[in-house]
Amino acid sequence: MSDNDIEKRVRNKVVEHLGVEEEKVTENASFIDDLGADSLDTVELVMAFEEEFGIEIPDDAAENIQTFGDAVSYIKQAV
Amino acid sequence: MKMRRVVITGMGMVSPLASGVEASWSRLLDGVSGAGTITQFDADHLTTNYACEVPKGDGSEGTFNADDWMEPKEQRKVDQFILFGMAAADQAIRDAGLGGESPEELERIGVMIGSGIGGLSSIADTAVMIKEKGPRRVSPFFIPGSLINLISGQVSIRYGYKGPNHAPVTACSTGAHAIGDASRLIQWGDADVMVAGGAEAAICEIGIAGFNACKALSTKHRDDPQAASRPWDADRDGFVMGEGAGVVVLENYERAKARGATIYAEVIGYGLSGDAHHITAPPPDHEGAERAMRAAVKRAGIDVSEIDYVNAHGTSTMADTIEMGAVQRLLGDAAAKATMSSTKSATGHLLGAAGAIEAIFSILAIRDQVAPPTLNLETPPDDAVIDLAPLKKVERKIDVALSNSFGFGGTNAALLLRKVEG
Repeated sequence: MSDNDIEKRVRNKVVEHLGVEEEKVTENASFIDDLGADSLDTVELVMAFEEEFGIEIPDDAAENIQTFGDAVSYIKQAV
Repeated sequence: MKMRRVVITGMGMVSPLASGVEASWSRLLDGVSGAGTITQFDADHLTTNYACEVPKGDGSEGTFNADDWMEPKEQRKVDQFILFGMAAADQAIRDAGLGGESPEELERIGVMIGSGIGGLSSIADTAVMIKEKGPRRVSPFFIPGSLINLISGQVSIRYGYKGPNHAPVTACSTGAHAIGDASRLIQWGDADVMVAGGAEAAICEIGIAGFNACKALSTKHRDDPQAASRPWDADRDGFVMGEGAGVVVLENYERAKARGATIYAEVIGYGLSGDAHHITAPPPDHEGAERAMRAAVKRAGIDVSEIDYVNAHGTSTMADTIEMGAVQRLLGDAAAKATMSSTKSATGHLLGAAGAIEAIFSILAIRDQVAPPTLNLETPPDDAVIDLAPLKKVERKIDVALSNSFGFGGTNAALLLRKVEG
């Protein structure tokens, strides 16, 4: 799976779950501060990443996934 | 202590006849039935495969379009009963012309929208999923999307209403209890405005199978679902499940008058009782229902002869005639000049939302001076003294209406509504 492919799929999940425009999902965009998520949304988003990539993201790792960039870099090393 | 007067200034409804109060009402008066073969899941393997479903569509011609009421990304987070409740609440709040309240006023506006069962299909789906995929796949929105009081919570969040926030759960009496209890909160001064009602969305496999198991549903009309809900008729064989929501805006009379609101009717009486008899059946004489009705009449301070119209609980079960007996005992000689109908003949039984949509139909009966019909009532009971409005609406004087709701567990509620002059 290419890095570009991962980024694209993560971005699609964020757009789908948070109902935001694709352009807003930038490297440093914080799910809570910039993309309108609340704490439950972020839990659901992490679950969506797990399902999409067939991985398991432990709770302590999930807590550190705050931005789009965090999610992409975690998933890149996990897959 | 003199109680404050409570009036209805807004109404909202999502019913199997239509989304919207006026569209539902006109179809009800025209004798339209909301029944059909179940479409939202494959129900062919169930004993009953028909129900009264909310017509879904793009929002035109009375269809219900969820996107009109909640953003798609928010819809995923709630069970359908919350969606129906939010839609009916939004309609009622707009109809009442609420908006632009001060922070102090918002603290005096509360919400009391209940449900009989709540997020039944979400609970069923999640239970299946946890078996198949394990507990880590349970959505963080499963609990807040299934809890019964989350319509009241969501409405308060959307509109900023910081007054009493509550949700009754009394099976098929829920909607009536919500309106009655919310009225009391205004009477006692705990709030000036209450958004009150009930919502239900239990037409799912576990819901139909469950009510089939307790022999409550009609089963004999797979070929003609529209003939299935036939209150008081000799051939009735159980209720037809409905879904949707009814919500009213209740308001302190003085406040409503001061702001020039449209006043539809006044809540003049409310009575409650318990049967202490059986989990699903009323006692043979339904004395519990009679006591609830008498309590409402006493609270209203009217004579029973003033009751023009009764919107019966009338579910199309054996209990219909038991209720009729109780109503006729209540009214005595006045029964012969009153009209009683069961709008469940058209809408099916909306369980926790039934009492709310039926209170609204009772209010509209007062507004338009017409009693809606009891569909499919071809062979009325021999001992019927009261007019049961068989098959056709009855245009007549209606100043006072009584709306009955009874629920599993032996819980009874009666609401008395009256026209407000001038």
